[in-house]
Order: sequence, then C-alpha cells, then structure tokens
Amino acid sequence: MAEGKPATSAGEIGAWAMFMYRYSKALRSPTPYLMLAGFALFFGAWFLLSEVFRFWRFASLPGPRQVLIEWFNPNPVYGMSLYTPDYYMHIWMSLRRVLIAFAIATGLGVPFGLFLGWSKVYREFTFPVFETLRPIPVLAWVPLAIVMFRGDETPVIFLTTLASFYATALNTMLGVQSIDPSFPRAAACLGASKWQIFRHIIVPGALPFIFTGLQISVGVAWFSLVAAEMVSGEYGLGYLINSSYVNVQYPVILIGMISVGIVGYASSALVRLAGDYMMQWRVRELALGEGR
Amino acid sequence: MSAVVATAPQPRPRAAQSIWHHHLVRAVISIAVFLVLWELGARFKLPWVGQVPPPTVVFNTWLPLLQDPGYWYSWVQSSRRVLSGFIAAMIIGIPFGLAMATSRMFHDISFPVFEILRPIPPLAWVPAAIIFWPTQELSIGFVIFLGAIFTIMLNVIGGARSIDVRFFQAARSMGSSNWDIFRRIILPGVLPSIVVGCEVGIGITWNVVVAAEMISGGGGAIQSSAGGGLGFFIWNSYIGFSYPQIVVGMISIGIAGYISSAIIRKLGQTITPWARTR
Amino acid sequence: MNARAQAATKGAIRIQNVDKVYYAREGAVQAVSDCSLDIRAGEICMIVGPSGCGKTTLLNAIAGFHDITGGAIHLDGELLCGPGKPQAEPGPDRVVVFQNGALFPWKTNLENVAFGPVVQGKLGKAEARDKALGLMADAGLSGTEHNYPGEVSSGTRRRVEIVRALMNDPKVLLLDEPFRALDSLTKSVMHEALLEIYYKNKVTIFFITHDLEEAIFLGHRVAIMTTRPCKPKKILEVDIPHPRNYGVLTSPRFRSLMEETVNAVHEEAVKAFEAGEKEM
Repeated sequence: MAEGKPATSAGEIGAWAMFMYRYSKALRSPTPYLMLAGFALFFGAWFLLSEVFRFWRFASLPGPRQVLIEWFNPNPVYGMSLYTPDYYMHIWMSLRRVLIAFAIATGLGVPFGLFLGWSKVYREFTFPVFETLRPIPVLAWVPLAIVMFRGDETPVIFLTTLASFYATALNTMLGVQSIDPSFPRAAACLGASKWQIFRHIIVPGALPFIFTGLQISVGVAWFSLVAAEMVSGEYGLGYLINSSYVNVQYPVILIGMISVGIVGYASSALVRLAGDYMMQWRVRELALGEGR
Repeated sequence: MSAVVATAPQPRPRAAQSIWHHHLVRAVISIAVFLVLWELGARFKLPWVGQVPPPTVVFNTWLPLLQDPGYWYSWVQSSRRVLSGFIAAMIIGIPFGLAMATSRMFHDISFPVFEILRPIPPLAWVPAAIIFWPTQELSIGFVIFLGAIFTIMLNVIGGARSIDVRFFQAARSMGSSNWDIFRRIILPGVLPSIVVGCEVGIGITWNVVVAAEMISGGGGAIQSSAGGGLGFFIWNSYIGFSYPQIVVGMISIGIAGYISSAIIRKLGQTITPWARTR
Repeated sequence: MNARAQAATKGAIRIQNVDKVYYAREGAVQAVSDCSLDIRAGEICMIVGPSGCGKTTLLNAIAGFHDITGGAIHLDGELLCGPGKPQAEPGPDRVVVFQNGALFPWKTNLENVAFGPVVQGKLGKAEARDKALGLMADAGLSGTEHNYPGEVSSGTRRRVEIVRALMNDPKVLLLDEPFRALDSLTKSVMHEALLEIYYKNKVTIFFITHDLEEAIFLGHRVAIMTTRPCKPKKILEVDIPHPRNYGVLTSPRFRSLMEETVNAVHEEAVKAFEAGEKEM
C-alpha cells in the first residue's frame, strides 16, 4: 500500500512512507489543480481588471504585476522593496511590538485564566470586572492609551497587549473548564494534593485550549497593532500602509498589506507548531484517529 | 417525574451560606472595589492611572451628554455602520461558507484565496478601500464587511463539517432529496455555528467601526467632514482635550457593543432553541 | 504480595441508613434513601440496578466526591462520612476506576501508573518506576509502558487504570461500570484479567454494573438496587466457588442464579423505564 520505503517494523509504517503515500494520493485528486485554478482566477481577474481593461475604479488600483515588479525591484521607484533595508526595518518594528505584547499577554493571561477556571472564589471576584471591560473595543482605548502612557511605543504595545490578553485569558479559562471532572477526581483518589492536581492535571489538561487561545491571540495582536500603528505611530507596517497612501505611493500599500499577511500567518503557524511540539500526546492521538 | 421529595420531612435547605458567597454579591463587590481603586488612583496621581479622569468626573460629564441629541446621534451613526456592514457580511458570507462546505470543487477553488486574504488585518485594507470605492461610507462599509466575513465563513464551514454524518445517512435512508437534505439537515445543523460566528464577528465589527471613525477624525487616510459616530466622538474629545469625554465615549461603545452581542445571542436562542441543552 | 493475599481483613465497608438529597432545578431529588449495606473485607460485591437509580451516587459518597445528607459510612470501623462529617476525603485507600476512563492523556502509561506513590511522596521516582514496571508486567502490559493512553486499545487502557489503582495498595477498589464501553469480546477477556488480578491482591471490590452476567460471574455477592431512591432490594450470594473461569457461564447453578437476578431486576427496570429517568 505504501510507496517508497517499506515498513520499518511490524505494523509500523515509517513517516516518510506515509508522507509519500499521502502526497501521491493528493496529486491524483483534483484538489491541487483546483486550488491552482482558484489562485489563477483571483490574480487573473485582478490583473485584467486593473491593468488591462482598466475597468471603472479598478483603474486606480495598482495591479499585481506592478506590485510584484516594485516589490522585487532592486531600485524601487517608491523606495520600498525586498532590497531596501527600510522595508525590513518596518517589518522588524511591527514584529518587535507584537512579540513584546504577546509575551506580556501570555505571561499574564495564562496564569490569570488558569486561576479563573480553577478557583470559584477567584472567578466570582475577578471575572465581573474582566467581563465589564471586555466589550470596550480595544481600538476605543487608543486615545486613552496615548493620554496614559508617555512616548510613542508604549501606547501601541499596551493596546496590542490588551487585545491579546483578553483572548488568552478567556481561552485558558475555557480550557480549564473543559477538563473532564473525572481527571481531578482520579488524581485526588490517587492522593494528590490541590497543588499537585493543579500542576499535573489542570495545566496539561488545559494546554490544547491554551494553544488555540494563543493562536487567536497572535491574530488579534496583529489586528490591533496594525490599527494602532495607522492611527498613531512611527515605523511599522501599519504606519507604512497609511503613509504610502498619504504620499500617493500606491503599490507600496499593497506591498505592506501582503507583508502583514505573510508575517501574521507565519507567527500563527509558529504558535501552532510550538503547541504540537508540547503536546506530543495529542498529536499522536489525533493521528490515530481516536479522538478523545 | 423524578422522585421529588413531596411529603417526606423537609430536606435541609442549602446550608445557610453567608451572603458573601452569593455570586451576584461578589460581582457587585468586585466592581465597586475596581471603581474605588480607579478613583483613588486617579486622584492621587499614581503613574498611568493618574492620567485617567476619575469615575466621579466621568459620571458628571456624562449626565449632561445624555440630554445632548448630538451624543445620541453618534450612537445612531455607529450602530448604522455596524448593522449594515455586518448584514452585508452575513448575506455574502453565509451562502459562500455553505457552498464551500458542501461542494468539494467550490471549496478547492476558493480556499487558497480565502486563506491568503484572511491574515491581512481588516484595517490594513483601509487605504486600498478608499482608493477603490467612490464614497467614504462605502469604503468604511467594505472594511467592516471584510472584518466580519472571514469569521462568519470560518464558523459556517466548521459548523457544516461537524454535522454528524449519521444524520445524512438517516435522511437518505428515509428518501430525502439533495435539496431536502440541505434544507432540513445542513441548514439547521449549521445554525448554531452561524450564531457563534456572528457573536465573534460583531465584536470585530465594532472594533473596525470605531477605528475607522477615529481615523476619519484623526487625519491620515480618511479626510472628511462627514463621519461622526462614537469613534469620532472619542477622537474628537481627545483632540479637544476633554479627557473625561473620552472615557464616556469608551463606556458608551462598550455598552453598545454589549447590547448588540446580547441581541445576537437572544436571536440565536430563538432561532436555535434546541441548542440550549445543559 | 503474598501477605496481601492472606490478610483479607481490610476493606470492610459498612453503609448505614445513608440518605443523599441533591438540589436540582426541579427541586430536591432524593437519590439515595435509607440505604444500608455491609460489604465484607476482601469480597467482590456487585451492585446492580436500573439506570439513574443512584448507584453511582453511593460510589461517589464512598469515594468522597460529594457529601451525604444522612446516615454514615464506615471503612474498617473508621468513619468515612456521617454525622458531623458529611463528606469523606478522596484517598488512595479507596481508588476509583471511572466509567469512561480517567487515564491522564498527557502522561505515558508508565507515568500514569507510577503517579499515585510519587505524588504522595511514598516512593521516589525511580523506585515507583520499577514497581510500576513490575506490576504492569504482571498484568500482561509489557511493551505499552511508554505509549500514551490515546495510542493503545480501550481494553489495554482499562487494565492500565486498574494497575494504576493497585499501585497504591488500596483497601477498596471502586469500579463504576468500568467495562461498559468495551465490546463483549474484550469484556470477557477483561473479566478473566480482573479475576486474575484479584486473586493476586485480594482487595475489596465494589463494582457497579448493568450487566447481569458480569455481576454473577465476577461477584461473591450481588446487591440488586431499587429505582431511585436507591436501596438494596435483594442480595444474592453467588456460591459458585473461586477461582472461576468462563466454563462457569454455562453451569446450571449459574443459570438458576441468572433467573433469580433477572426476575428481581426486571420489576425495577420497568419502573425506571416508565418513570423515564435520565441518567443521573
């Protein structure tokens, strides 16, 4: 059944053989070709509408060819391409802010969420305030953040941290609450103290939800960061997008947008990979098709 | 039905718990403590908190505003934007999502584009939207639309996928046609996920609306005198150094956002009464 | 191990006039009413009854997962819960094996088994590991030590959970329909495995089940409970001698015991069906 290397031991199929099997199976299905077709449709339509036919408002939009040429241009017309150091500086500024915010939000949010889920007393005294502040959209905090915090960086980082914190804390709490009550009971039977239950059962048990929360938190962080940068900031991809509009450098707008998308996606994927690494047991469980 | 004790000796009432154990009392206490700390922190000029107007001042600023029609008009404008953008997202997103979930071919064609566009934060689209759309309202509407649609679509797809395959099998064995299956199995099965998607989506929508309104007031991408709305109100207060009004605005938006989420939840419960199992 | 097998004087449970009322949305529900049962040290006592009748409530009370509202439960003469102490503390002298399994998915089978003594501080990590390896080998689980529970079959998981419980030298093993989710082929193998383990360890076993065949095959005594509120209706002595094997199933004595049990249970089952009890 498996192509490539033979089984490595009785009943076990090597990972490489599995990969080759799935890969060849995928190539035989219509899926990858349809995906390519989808890509082509999208870019083709964009190209035709904006550069070839110059249809209606599409005429003012830069087309994919323009954007790509500019992006890969060693000597870009508007000063921003893969070859200019400024480009990477903007990316780094945004990335740095997200990293700091994410670290703080995770460091505060995970313990906070764990306690919220674990202790009824803590929850009843703390959750109301949390829930009352949550409906206020993070971006509504922008002016207040500028007033509260001196400097240019701190308000932006504060806003991003706030958004991430909500997502992380909430998902962590849900994670604790989703743990099958048999587990802490079993641990109690086996003689574990409350803290041991927390350490051995609650924390690992909530980990899947925590990592889902972290992925959401990264996405939310980018969302808030770009917005905050557009409103009040210097440097950064959000700022780049905004200023290139103001300075009528339209292809750079799209370069900025695409870059944000890529970096945002990569950071989410990294978090997911980290989660998979930390939760080997779950990966194996899911791979065997036994969901529990 | 269950062996409810009727005539047996009165069961011991819940062990008389002290009033401090009741969750509502605790909620009130925690919020009160929060307000007190805020007040003290603001008055004593603690770092950060010291810059924020204390709750008493905020409240006093708020009272006269309640009688100002301009204030309520801001509510109307923001709500209008949220509503129209959100409804547009639902009208397009739900059918699209259903199509992606039911037709393998449709899914394969649209999925890559969907996944590429999704990571781009909605607000990054603002300048591109302004270039493209003839009016500012349309551009803001477009951005709002984008903000909500990805969430809604994701939830629709997830919801359709999680419908137990045995429902389909049962329906087929009872002779249902494809259309029947769509109407009676898929649609109701997806409804709870749509509701969840809308609850999350509305939060994103408010974020986008507020940001767009602030940007319109703050210069940068959008320049115009039209605009208004609660986000604009906040930004304007900031520019005009009326800091207590900033907080008033924030709380107002929070309330508006909460009300809209609650409305969606209520609607969701009416549409999907079965989803409310313990 | 040998001393354990001889000294079957530990683990006698005395349940006296136990009441349990809990407060649900509909009002007060009497789950257990005036229930008295004596479980002898070292015996396998099977608890049989219709769904939702309160058997699990009884087990939970013994285990210490919730309180009782009346009566008392003693273990070897010591008060577990009763007047002045409504809830027992869960502990390694009464370990529970759960219906849907509660092996910690994020620990390997070996880590699971060694968990009890390590967290109690009774054994160092290395010693616990060695003891665990030994017990697992005894139970025929060699080779699965370093797998995660999600990777092995449900029958294997059950055995690991039982071994995990036994690591703590408990006085009582509380089993809440542990084999319910297994197919009948695996179940029959598990029965023999459980009996083997029992013959080596002679713990008291409190075993809740729906399966009448299982009850008579395994038990020294079978207690048939009424529908909610739960109370022993009839207690059967299963006088088929131990050690037993599957040949027992077709013996005439077995069949007559089945007849008695079925008649006793059926009446209660019909009552429960008509009352439309939801699983508690």
